[in-house]
Amino acid sequence: MRRYSAFAIAREAMRHHLGWERAWKSPTPKAQYDVIIVGAGGHGLATAYYLGKNHGIRNVAVIEKGWLGGGNTGRNTTIIRSNYLQDPSAAIYEKARSLYETLSQDLNYNVMFSPRGVMMLAQTEHEIRGYQRTAHANALQGVATEFISPRRVKELCPIINIDGPRYPVLGALWQPRGGTARHDAVAWGYARACSDMGMDIIQQTEVTGVKREGGRVVGVETTKGYIGCSKLGIVVAGHSGVMAERAGFRLPIESVALQALVSEPIKPIMDVVVMANTVHGYMSQSDKGEMVIGGGADNYNNYTQRGSFQHVEETVRALIETFPIISRLKMLRWWGGIVDMTGDRSPIISKTPVDGVFVNCGWGTGGFKAIPGSGWAMAELMAKGHSPLADAFSLGRFREGRFIDESVAAGVAH
Amino acid sequence: MLTFQCPYCGVQACETELAAGGEAHLKRFGPGSSDEDFEGYLFLRPNVKGVHFERWRHAMGCGKWFLAARCTATLEVFGTYPAQTTEPPPEIIAAIKARRPDWSLS
Repeated sequence: MRRYSAFAIAREAMRHHLGWERAWKSPTPKAQYDVIIVGAGGHGLATAYYLGKNHGIRNVAVIEKGWLGGGNTGRNTTIIRSNYLQDPSAAIYEKARSLYETLSQDLNYNVMFSPRGVMMLAQTEHEIRGYQRTAHANALQGVATEFISPRRVKELCPIINIDGPRYPVLGALWQPRGGTARHDAVAWGYARACSDMGMDIIQQTEVTGVKREGGRVVGVETTKGYIGCSKLGIVVAGHSGVMAERAGFRLPIESVALQALVSEPIKPIMDVVVMANTVHGYMSQSDKGEMVIGGGADNYNNYTQRGSFQHVEETVRALIETFPIISRLKMLRWWGGIVDMTGDRSPIISKTPVDGVFVNCGWGTGGFKAIPGSGWAMAELMAKGHSPLADAFSLGRFREGRFIDESVAAGVAH
Repeated sequence: MLTFQCPYCGVQACETELAAGGEAHLKRFGPGSSDEDFEGYLFLRPNVKGVHFERWRHAMGCGKWFLAARCTATLEVFGTYPAQTTEPPPEIIAAIKARRPDWSLS
């Protein structure tokens, strides 16, 4: 792989840009791999990357039904934060956030990580208490957050109306090293690095069945034929239930649609990410100037990647009260993604009832921020059989009642 | 936008009038059952991509729970029926088969 650098740009400028290589290869599948990962989104590619980088397992295929990074990795609002209440969540999300800090250098691919700061507004008395509790928990977990006053909120984000008649801003949980990154670049960067290690990324190929012998996985049936493997990682987000059914077990997951929208591009008006969980809205400004807006998830099972109108209306109505400046903005694009929700709103990184099959799913409405940490933990679990970051997120927690209850801690915008 | 006919009051209700209640026809396991059965009842769901039987409540109308058959891949609604039943009634099955000939109740 030819490295990207300032020198490379200068070199290519001198020769009509004819020397750029394809970022990743499109190989025909081999007959047998040590590890197959189903799903070439951020989490699947990160899993493959850390399998190779940390554990030396490079005979790996990543199989993708559509195109690389075309699912939720390309459909989120790119927010990165780790201000969670529970210890296992804070550990894995902070691992992810800290890996994001140096991911561009690590992958030699600019993921445009922008630690601009994430602010979660407290707009009710309950939220003040909740976020103060989270700030104290974060102090013990080694996650840098603080609870800030409305005046400080106004300083950091002058376009906020802190005296909203219905939901005044009473304070905020502030994580200065949270922020955003370029979502596609994260998938592309991991894919390029995986391909460089000799891994096969096989797109436009659906895994249609999982072959087992004596309770152990031996391979997968795909639309391009049978491919053997010793270990299988299922990292397919919204379609986890469908893949689990093919592998012969059930998951505590229901798939629903979550949607987001962006406005027309405008001049820079806010340089932080603001989340308002009471009213179910969050907003940041992209580098192109578009306001990126997310809202609540629909509450019925859905695989259509389309959201419902009323949630857009609810989200925008709430945000206009908090940000009156956006009231005349036109919306440019609107899309939905299928998110996999667990009962406790925490992910699952676990072995399964089938030997050799591992799942990484249940990231629900907040998977993008976790990509590097999730891949790190999943790779360790698949290579060694357990991982300190992943152990608390096992499937067994539902039977044992060991919930990691982030539905209380993080609400909807999670 | 999803619309369902409430089988009790007959109103064509859109999703803003309704509250979704998850999968229907769950077999309940209570005290004395095994951990596996209890886990299955509480958490494990087939989460089907296709024909899905589910519970809805006419929250902004008559307030009653009813059941519906809907396709989660296309959002097509096949019909609604009262909640006092342990399996989908024959006319609902027929309505689904008319639209999805390959489908069968598993």
